[in-house]
Amino acid sequence: MKPSDLLIPTPAGLYCPLADIHIDPVRPVARALITHGHSDHARAGHGAVLATSETLAIMALRYGEAFTGSRQVAAPGETTRIGEVDFRFVPAGHVLGSAQIVVEHKGLRIVVSGDYKRERDPTCAPFEPVICDVFITEATFGLPVFRHPPASAETAKLLDSVRLFPERTHIVGAYSLGKAQRLMALIREAGYERPLFIHGAVEKITELYQAEGIPLGDVRKIEPGDRKAEGRKAFAGEIVICPPSAIQDLWSRRFPDPVTAFASGWMRIRARARQKGVELPLIISDHADWDDLQATIREVQAGEIWITHGEAEALAHWCGTVGLKGMPLHLVGYGDEGEAEPEGKPAEASA
Amino acid sequence: MNRFAWLLDRLAYEPRRNGKLALIADYLRTTPDPDRGYALAAMTGGLVFQNAKPGLIRALIAERTDPVLFALSYDYVGDLSETVALMWPARHGANDVPHLPDVVAGLQKSGKTEMPRLIASWLDALDETGRWALLKLITGALRIGVSARLAKTAAASLGGIPADEVEQVWHGLEPPYTALFAWLEGRGPRPEASDPAPFRPVMLSHAIEDGDFDKFDAAEFAAEWKWDGIRVQAVAGTRPDGGRTVRLYSRTGEEIGAAFPDLTEALTQDGALDGELLVMRDGTVQSFNTLQQRLNRKQVTAKMLAGFPAHIRVYDLLAEGDEDLRELSYVERRVRLEAFLGRLGSTRFDLSPRIPFASWEELTVARADPASAGAGGDAEAVEGCMLKRLDSPYLPGRPKGYWYKWKRDARLVDCVLMYAQRGHGKRSSFYSDYTFGVWRVGETGADELVPVGKAYFGFTDEELIEIDRYVRKNTENRFGPVREVTHTAVSGLVFEVAFEGLQRSTRHKSGLAMRFPRISRIRWDKPPGEADRIETLEALLPG
Repeated sequence: MKPSDLLIPTPAGLYCPLADIHIDPVRPVARALITHGHSDHARAGHGAVLATSETLAIMALRYGEAFTGSRQVAAPGETTRIGEVDFRFVPAGHVLGSAQIVVEHKGLRIVVSGDYKRERDPTCAPFEPVICDVFITEATFGLPVFRHPPASAETAKLLDSVRLFPERTHIVGAYSLGKAQRLMALIREAGYERPLFIHGAVEKITELYQAEGIPLGDVRKIEPGDRKAEGRKAFAGEIVICPPSAIQDLWSRRFPDPVTAFASGWMRIRARARQKGVELPLIISDHADWDDLQATIREVQAGEIWITHGEAEALAHWCGTVGLKGMPLHLVGYGDEGEAEPEGKPAEASA
Repeated sequence: MNRFAWLLDRLAYEPRRNGKLALIADYLRTTPDPDRGYALAAMTGGLVFQNAKPGLIRALIAERTDPVLFALSYDYVGDLSETVALMWPARHGANDVPHLPDVVAGLQKSGKTEMPRLIASWLDALDETGRWALLKLITGALRIGVSARLAKTAAASLGGIPADEVEQVWHGLEPPYTALFAWLEGRGPRPEASDPAPFRPVMLSHAIEDGDFDKFDAAEFAAEWKWDGIRVQAVAGTRPDGGRTVRLYSRTGEEIGAAFPDLTEALTQDGALDGELLVMRDGTVQSFNTLQQRLNRKQVTAKMLAGFPAHIRVYDLLAEGDEDLRELSYVERRVRLEAFLGRLGSTRFDLSPRIPFASWEELTVARADPASAGAGGDAEAVEGCMLKRLDSPYLPGRPKGYWYKWKRDARLVDCVLMYAQRGHGKRSSFYSDYTFGVWRVGETGADELVPVGKAYFGFTDEELIEIDRYVRKNTENRFGPVREVTHTAVSGLVFEVAFEGLQRSTRHKSGLAMRFPRISRIRWDKPPGEADRIETLEALLPG
C-alpha cells in the first residue's frame, strides 16, 4: 500500500479511508482523532473524538461538555485498532496532553506529529521520536532565521527587566493554552516567588493545568475592581500575564507605565515585535525551531516528509538538499491559535 | 561592540522619544572615549565606509547558506542585515568580540580584498544582536527610529545645553568627537566652529489650519510661492588661508554639493542662502520629475550639466560674509538678500518673488491661479503658498507662529488596486505597497486597466490590516513578494488616490507619472467598473 492511500489530505483534514477517521479535522466529521487542544486542531461538533484525557478535558472546558457526540480516551503509548489500522498516541511536547498519532497498517508506519517542540517544558511530557516511513510535520518556524534561544535565558531577560523597573507593570502576552502556563512554570524555576497575575481569559486553562498537578505557585486573577481600589499604583512591579490580543488593548494601558512583553517564537523578527508595540520581546516558543525540525526529521529516519502548515516550501526545499522527499500538503485552516499564524491575520502576529 | 549592539537593540524596541533620549544619553555618559564618539557618529550618519557595502554582505552569506533558503528568509524578514544576522552559522568562541573603535578603523582602512575576511571573522565572534548591529553599521541604515537630531539632542543633554548649540559647532568636528564630549562635560573649551561654510539648521513651517485666517492679519504677512523642488542651503566662506569653501546642504545638513558643481562654482560671494533647488531651461522652471533625473547621482556628466541645468530660487539669507543675519526680521533679511543677489549677478540664483496681496481673499485667488498672479510660466512648479510673518527671525526647527505653508488642493482620482507588494521593516508581513490603475480602451477594443501609479501610505494601521486581508483573499497570481489582486469591472478594490501633479512619462505604460500619490480614501463601496478612465487624467496634463 502507498502511504497516500493510508492517509489522504482532504479539505477537512487528513483522512484515513481504511478506518474512516479524520485527524485534526477543520470541519465537523463523524469520527476525529485530535492531537492537541489548540482550537485550530481541536474543533467542536464531531460525532466521536479520540484524544488524550488532557486534550478531552481542554476541549470540554472550552466548548462545553457537549463538544462531541461521544468520546474515548487514548492512553499514551497504547494502541487502538480502528478497522484494519492501528493508532497510537505518543507525547509531542507541545502543550499539556499534546500527542503525535502513529498510524500503522501492514508494516507501513506514518507519524502525524501535530504541533511539537523539542525544548524542555516543565508543563508537558517530552516529545518521543518514533521511527517511521512517513513523517508528517508542521513547519511554523521552518526558516533558518528561526533559532530559538534557551527559554531560561529569555525568562531571565524578563526578570532582569522587572528588577530594573520596579515601578512599572510588566505585561506579558502569552497564548492562553500552553504558553501562559509554561511561562509561569519557567518564572517559578527561575526563583521568582511573588504572585503572578493573570487576565481572566487565562484563568480556566491555568486552573486545569494546576488540577493536573502542575505547580505554578501563587496565581491570581485580576478582578475588574482591583485596579480601581488601588489606583494608578496598583500592580507596579508585578508580572501580569494576558492573551496576546490584550497587550494592545485599552485593558493594558490602565496599568502604571507598563512594559509590554510578548512570549513567542515570532519575537525573533524585529518587525513583528515592533508591529505589536512590544518593548521586551521574549523568544519562547511551543514549536520546534529550524534546527529542531531538521534534527527531528533525521531522528525519525523517514524517507518521506509531508508538511502540513507553516513555511512548508522552505522545509521541503531543505529535505531535497539532504536526499529526502519533502512534500507540502497545503492544508488550510491550521495556525489559528498559538504561534502558527495564518497568512490572513497579520494583526494577530500571535504567540 | 556588545554595548553598542545592546544600545541599538534597546533603541529599536523603545517607542517613546524620551525613552530613546534617555537610553542614548545614558550610553554616552557611561561609555568611554572613543567608543561613544563612534556610536554618536553611527547615529548621526557620520561614518562612511568606502569598501564595505551591502553587496559584500550578500556575497558572504551566499557562501554560507543555500540561496533558496536565503531568498525565502529575506522575503520573510524584509531586512538584509537582520536576515543575515539570524542566518549566519554560529561559531561561538571563534574569536574575541571586537571593540567598536577597532571595527570602525577596520572598516575605514581595510582594502577590498581583506574586507570580506575581516567582516566574516567579526560575524563569527558576535551573537545575533551583535551581528545585526555590525551589519547595520556597515550598511549605513540603522533604522532604529533615531534621527541625527535626536542623537545630538541626547549628546547635548550631557552638558545641559540645547541641541542647537551642538549643531553650531558640529560641522567643525570629526568622529570620535573627543573635543565635543570634553566641552559637554566641562573639561574643555567650546570647540571652534572652524568650518568657513557651516550648515545652519533650517526653519520649517506649519501647515495652515482651518480658522487660522480668522486670527491672522494679512498686513502682518508676506506670501511667496511654494516651489516644488528640493530645499537646500548654499553656503560659501573664506578660509584663513584665503581659499574659498562652497557647500550645498540638504535640509537635514547632508552635503550634496559634489553633484552640483554648476551651483557651487556660481556662488562667488560669501554668505548662506536658503532656497529651492530646481532645474531651469530657457528661463522656465521644470517639473519635479525632470529635477529627479538630476538627483541622487554621484557623478555628473557634462551632458547632465547641459541638459539639466541646476538653479536655486532663493528665499532667505542667513549670513552674509561673517555676519549672522538670523536674528533680523524677515523684512530686513529680504532687503539684504536682494542686495546680495544683485551683487552676485548669477543666473543660477534668483529671488523667489513675493505674491502681492492685500487680503486673504486676494491671496486665495492667487493661489488658485498662480500663472496669472505672477508665477507665469513657472506656475506648474508651484505647489501652494508660503506665508511668513514680516517680523519673523530665522529660527531653527519648526517654531510656532511664524511660517505657514498653504498647499494647493490635491487632485483626486478613483483607481483600481492591481498589484500589492510586501512592505519592508515594520511592515514586512503586510502587503502595503499598492500599484493601481485606471480604465482605458485596450488593443482589442475592450476596456482594460493600465497602471498609473504606486503608493504605500495615506491609510491608517487599521485600514492596512483590512487591505492586507483583502489582498490575501483576492490573490490571482504571486510573483515573489508581489501579488496580483483581482481587478475586473465587477470585482476589485477602488482607491481614491490623491496626488499633487501629473507629468508625461515615457517610462510608464500609461504615459503618465503622478507626483506624490497617496491613498486618500478606500472605496470599499465602489464597483471597480466605476473607477476613473485615463482620459480624466490626460485632461489634467500640463499643456
